[in-house]
Amino acid sequence: MDVSQFHAVFFEEANEHLESLESLLLSLDLAEPDAEQLNAIFRAAHSIKGGAATFGFRDVAELTHALETLLDRLRKQELQPTRPMVDALLAGGDILHSQLAAHRGQGSADPASAEAARARIEALASGDCAPAAVPVTALAGPAPLERRSVRFRGALAQEVVDNLLGELRGLGTLEVLSEPARARGKAGKRKGSWVLVLTARASADELQELMQFVIQPEELEIGRGEPVDDMAAETDQGFGFFTDAPGAPQEDPGYGFFEAPQAPTAEASGGFGFFADAPGAPSEGVVVPLQAQTKSATSLPIAPAPRVVPMSGGDSSSIRVSVEKVDQLINLVGELVITQAMLAQTSAQLDPLQCGRLSQRLAQLERNTRDLQEAVMSIRMLPIAFVFSRFPRLVHDLASKLGKQVELKTVGEGTELDKGVIEKIADPLTHLVRNSLDHGIESPEARQAAGKPEIGTITLRAFHQGGSIVIEVVDDGGGLDRRRILAKARSRGMQVSDDMSDQDVWQLIFEPGFSTAEVVSDVSGRGVGMDVVRRNIQAAGGRVELSSVTGQGTRISIRLPLTLAILDGMSIAVGTEMFILPLSFVVESMQPKAAEIHTVQGAARVIQVRGEHLTVMSLSRLLDIPSGVERLEQGIIVILEAEGGKVALSVDELVGQHQVVIKSLETNYRKVPYVSGATIMGDGRVALILDVAALVRVAYGLAEAA
Amino acid sequence: MGKTVLTVDDSASIRQMVAFTLNSAGYRVVEAVDGQDGLDKAKAGTVDLVLTDQNMPRMDGLTLIKSLRALPQYKAAPILVLTTEASDGMKQQGKAAGATGWLVKPFDPPKLLEVVKKVLG
Amino acid sequence: MSDGTQHIGGNQRSGEFLTFTLGDEEYGVEILKVQEIRGYDTVTSIAHAPEFIKGVINLRGLIVPIVDMRIKFSLGNVEYNEFTVVIILNIADRVVGIVVDSVSDVITLDGEQIRPAPQLGAAVDTAYILGLGSLDDRMIILVDIERLMTHPDMALVDQQPLAA
Repeated sequence: MDVSQFHAVFFEEANEHLESLESLLLSLDLAEPDAEQLNAIFRAAHSIKGGAATFGFRDVAELTHALETLLDRLRKQELQPTRPMVDALLAGGDILHSQLAAHRGQGSADPASAEAARARIEALASGDCAPAAVPVTALAGPAPLERRSVRFRGALAQEVVDNLLGELRGLGTLEVLSEPARARGKAGKRKGSWVLVLTARASADELQELMQFVIQPEELEIGRGEPVDDMAAETDQGFGFFTDAPGAPQEDPGYGFFEAPQAPTAEASGGFGFFADAPGAPSEGVVVPLQAQTKSATSLPIAPAPRVVPMSGGDSSSIRVSVEKVDQLINLVGELVITQAMLAQTSAQLDPLQCGRLSQRLAQLERNTRDLQEAVMSIRMLPIAFVFSRFPRLVHDLASKLGKQVELKTVGEGTELDKGVIEKIADPLTHLVRNSLDHGIESPEARQAAGKPEIGTITLRAFHQGGSIVIEVVDDGGGLDRRRILAKARSRGMQVSDDMSDQDVWQLIFEPGFSTAEVVSDVSGRGVGMDVVRRNIQAAGGRVELSSVTGQGTRISIRLPLTLAILDGMSIAVGTEMFILPLSFVVESMQPKAAEIHTVQGAARVIQVRGEHLTVMSLSRLLDIPSGVERLEQGIIVILEAEGGKVALSVDELVGQHQVVIKSLETNYRKVPYVSGATIMGDGRVALILDVAALVRVAYGLAEAA
Repeated sequence: MGKTVLTVDDSASIRQMVAFTLNSAGYRVVEAVDGQDGLDKAKAGTVDLVLTDQNMPRMDGLTLIKSLRALPQYKAAPILVLTTEASDGMKQQGKAAGATGWLVKPFDPPKLLEVVKKVLG
Repeated sequence: MSDGTQHIGGNQRSGEFLTFTLGDEEYGVEILKVQEIRGYDTVTSIAHAPEFIKGVINLRGLIVPIVDMRIKFSLGNVEYNEFTVVIILNIADRVVGIVVDSVSDVITLDGEQIRPAPQLGAAVDTAYILGLGSLDDRMIILVDIERLMTHPDMALVDQQPLAA
């Protein structure tokens, strides 16, 4: 059977475990570690290891084994957690991430750094107690390597003997000095004495315990151990006996049944054993007991009464479904909504007296359809915690790098939004948090001097407002410096004045290439400015607002649609054609007065809006469609803002505002200039959604007008 | 045929592999995400074999085994403990708790089938 | 027969064809490529597209481009009324509609009934012609519709993956 079919689930699961490992480590109180928390961290590593080993990802299994070893000692309170341990474990987690990604075919993992991380964690795990064990045999515990004689006698089935010898060989090096003659026939028993010499890290008691399943204590004699030089034995042996030690050859079959004393099971493969007196042990393969008084193996019940009550299979709390299936469902419901809208439109033309019941039923259909759409959309909804959860680590790492003290607060992690929006918002949000830490929060000294608490606070807050989600990044840092921004703007040759409102000054930092940091740090000054943040948020159909009070902090609000599949649009008409403008780019719309419109060199037209001169772009000319109006002032001007620029788009009329379901043109056709997608209107017709960023680029001469 | 196996593991991928392997061999498989869930599901119906992990949230495998053994319908049912801990100490704890046997992770589907067939026939 | 039979003779090209007319000419496309036939609906036009691309329609939620073959081949009377027919095709994992004068019928042609198209000079590109089918006294031009529709000249498909 091909186990690779389970890989996807394993990867997802391993990532979840890594995430919880990380967040638990970050919230661990080093002074008074919570026992249950340590247990949970251990379990996360343990689960990754189990899966990784099962699915053959050896590098992952090896590294998690090291993590697990350290975590095991921590949870058993053999070691006290320290900052270096947390850091090493976090770093190990990062490498596991890259290893898992590499197995998914994304990027590659660096074996050397994995080895280094493993060594670091192992060194920490060996800690302050006991001499460091040889890595592979780390689980061997304190038992020293000893050589001792083992003698036993009795009448034993060949399989039992093989099984036992196999077990002993698994412990170390076994020499058989003397053995009774082989029995005739397969089921025959070998009677007589055995003399073995075992070199292993096993105490006499452990051997006793192991062998007493098969051999009566009075028939067993275990000699005193003689210490053996570790290294010599290690090279001799070559590999450890801990079947779960990653990298060790799997000679041991890896499973077993508990065998009962006096009633050994026969298992030629030596792979598993039973306690013959354990409930439920199989009768098959159980040899006749050595002692007459032993319960007959055949009397063992295999299973209780055969009554099997049907039970619900699977994990009852959730199921995993591919995003494709969900999207298909969303599409189909989108169709249903359109069909329903068309039905409603058709029925509106019917005589209400004659068709009263029909319109009643249609109204009900509409309600049902809307409910269904909402329910289906909610499948793609995920809590914002999926993004927020990455920030504790980011803040932890960055703050120590910058020598700042920061507390991160998150509010409203349960607020849900579309998976696609989450994916688009993660990077811009990361950038904003980095910015707040780097430029917003001051150094502890500066904060103290300003009479603020040394520890700065960054708050991430999410909440729903209308059909949108609002995400805020708030810091109690130094706030934006109006003078510096203005100075910077002037030095960049931008038109600014000292009379500008604060709000307008803050907007300047969204200009391309604008960075307020005096020193470009390696934290935020990577050439990715706020302009990119804003562009990415706009691309997700959202908008950014910023407010700041010097000396007190900055608040950045991002307003996003709940889903990417739906867009808040303004519908406009040119001639007989209808288009959609994404509302997130629309600043305002107005009926222009002739006096506000000027021509430049007789051709280009500009309009003066609140002291700004904006290029007027005629949609009818751009798209080559006959316009229904002769003069600009007979139509409507829509001010659009994107990519740090504004443009005045002239259209014939505004039709309305509605939420539209976004459809791709490229599925069956191709990319169309100035168009980002399409939607289906209530009458069943297709309307194109305009690509505002492209329109602005054309207006600024950044792209060739077609 | 038609025997029911309860697989208790907090790892969905392991559960899936167990379920898939055993389903394709004609067993019915019930999945539980931890010891407590396993206990609840075992109580809700009768299963012919329990395969349980040791390290799980809420209730670990050993506690599950002990709890199951306290129930009349599971006094004699076969229970295997799946574990990455191959040490004898672990096996002894499993034995003490009342497990029928152990199976060390990692295991592959054929191995799992071999063991389950041994117990259920 | 010439070498041409190797390409188009035998059973490979035989099969069922949907035939339609453009002006006085009769064309055929493999029936397996045809999804459905419908009337001509309002089309949303696309700026700066070639003249023969009429625009896009909503086909049960899919946005489907419509190509007017009469314009493309400069045949027939280009007018749109309630008798105008659109053939919805499934080609290269895409759905495309073509406007034709009228749809005739579905015919079965075997290998012998299909002949290679003769060289028709520079005026006609025979690369999109699978062959000429004869049925009684009809001559049907069998079009390699997939090849035609995915050709860069049709401007129906982005020729290169879009840069992100």
